[in-house]
Amino acid sequence: MPILVKRLIFFVALVVIWEGLFRLNLWPPTMLPSPVQVGKTVWMGLADLTLVYDLIASLRHLLIGFSIALCIGTLLGVLLARVRTADETLGILVLAFQSVPSIVWLPLAIAWFGLTETSVIFIVVLGGTFVMAMNMRMGIKNVSPVYIKAARTMDYTGPDLFFRVIVPASIPHAVTGIRLAWAFGWRALMAGELLSTGPGLGYTLKYASDTGEMALVIGVIILIGFIGILTDQLIFNRLEKNVLERWGLETAA
Amino acid sequence: MFLQVSGVTKQYVTNQGTIFTALQNIELDVEEGEFVSLLGPSGCGKSTLLSLIAGLSEPTEGSVLLKGQKITRPGSDRGVVFQEPALFPWLTVFENVMFPLRKKYRKNQKEAKQRVMDHLKMVQLSRFADSYPSELSGGMQQRVAIARALAMDPMLLLMDEPFGALDEQTRQVLHGELERIWMETGKTILFVTHNIQEAVKLSDRVVIMGTQPGKVISDMRIRLPRPRQQFREKMVQIEQEIMDILGQEIDKVIKGELSDAHSG
Repeated sequence: MPILVKRLIFFVALVVIWEGLFRLNLWPPTMLPSPVQVGKTVWMGLADLTLVYDLIASLRHLLIGFSIALCIGTLLGVLLARVRTADETLGILVLAFQSVPSIVWLPLAIAWFGLTETSVIFIVVLGGTFVMAMNMRMGIKNVSPVYIKAARTMDYTGPDLFFRVIVPASIPHAVTGIRLAWAFGWRALMAGELLSTGPGLGYTLKYASDTGEMALVIGVIILIGFIGILTDQLIFNRLEKNVLERWGLETAA
Repeated sequence: MFLQVSGVTKQYVTNQGTIFTALQNIELDVEEGEFVSLLGPSGCGKSTLLSLIAGLSEPTEGSVLLKGQKITRPGSDRGVVFQEPALFPWLTVFENVMFPLRKKYRKNQKEAKQRVMDHLKMVQLSRFADSYPSELSGGMQQRVAIARALAMDPMLLLMDEPFGALDEQTRQVLHGELERIWMETGKTILFVTHNIQEAVKLSDRVVIMGTQPGKVISDMRIRLPRPRQQFREKMVQIEQEIMDILGQEIDKVIKGELSDAHSG
C-alpha cells in the first residue's frame, strides 16, 4: 500500500474516533471541540481571509528571520571553523547561546524594539543563527583531509581552495543546519507571536484562547503542525536527501 | 638525475611527546620514464616518502630534487593518486577531470575539454563523463582519479596504494590498464604498495623498504619483458626472493604488534 494511502486512512480514522468520542459527551465542548467544529472554524477563517493574513504575516516573520539567521550563522560558522582563537573563545559562547531557548530573549527584544514585529523577527533570528553556525562549523571542520590534499596537488591554494573545495565539501552539514534553523525558527516564531500584539498565527492562538474560542485554538495548532510538516517534507527533507545522495553519503533508494 | 631523494630523514613528535623517526637517511634516484615501486610492510614510511615527494610535507633533513629543482610544496608537475579516489562528489566525472585544468586553460576552454575527453577515453570511461562519482564502482572511480592526475600532464605520477581498497579481480584489470597507460604516455611512475605480486608485475624497479626506522633495504631491478603474464614462473621466483628479504622485516612488525598488545 502506498505510504500516502496509509497516512490518509490513519488521519481519517483519527478524526472519526475523535468525533465519535465527542458525541459520547464525555467532556464539555469548551475543553475540546469536535473536529467538525474545528473544521468549520478553520474554513471560515480561511474564507474571510483572517487566517490567511495571519499565515502570511507569520511566514513573513519567519522568512525574514530565517534569512538573516542563515547569513549570520554561516559567517559565524566559517569564522569558528577557520580561526582557532575565535573557536576557543566565541565558540563556547555560541554553544551556550544555542542551549538558551530563544524566547527568553523576548524581554530584551521588547526593550530594544518595543512590542513590534521586529521583536518577533529578532527572536526568530536568535532561534536559527546558533544552530546554523554550529553545523556550518562542523561541516568545514569535517572536510575530508584527502580532498584538501588532492586539491593542493592540483595547484589549489588560498581562497580558490576554500571556495572550490572546502565550501562545497561542507554542503551536507550546511543543509542539516538550514533544516534545523528553519525548525528552530518556526518554534521561536510561535513563542514570540504568542506574546506579541499581532499579526500572526501565534497571536491569533493567544487571542482565541483569551476569548474562549477553543475551536480556533485547535484549528491554529493543526495549521501550525501542518505547515511545519509540509515545509519539512516538501523542501528540506528532499533537499537533504538529494544532497546526501549526490555527495555519496547515502546510497540512492 | 630526474628525481633525486638524498639524505632524507623525517621525524614526528608523537602524542606522548617522544620523537618518532618515520624515515632515516633515504637515498633514492629515479630515471625519467621508469616505473618504480616502493614496497614494504606497514610502518616502513613508504607513504611518508611519497608524500614528501608530492610536497604535502617537508623532510626534517635532506632534500628531494625533481629535475634539479628542490621540492618544497605540492604542484601540478606531480600528479598524485591516493588510496581513496579523492574525487569531488559534487562534480561530475567530466568536471572532476577538468578541475586541475581550470586555471591553466582559462583562455582555451575548447582545448581543455578535448584534453578531458582524451584522458577519459584513455581510462575507457568517456561514456560516464556526466555521471557523478557516487554512481561509479570503486575501480571506475580510481580510473577517473588516474585520468585526473594525468590530465595535468605531470612529469611524475605518484600513486599511494591506489588499488589497495579494490577487490582482486578489479585490481588485476587495473594492473593491465595502468601498464598500458604507462607505455602509452611514457610517464615516470612512483608506486607505493605492500603487495609483492603487484610490485613485481608492474615495475622496472622494486625498492624494498624496512621498518624502525623506515629505510631502503634493497633496490631490485625486474628485467622481464612486458606484458609479463607469460613469465609467471620467473615472476614467482622474484616474488620469493623479495619475500626472503622482507621476511625479517615482517617478523619485526609482528613482534612489535604483539608486544604492544601485551603492554597495552
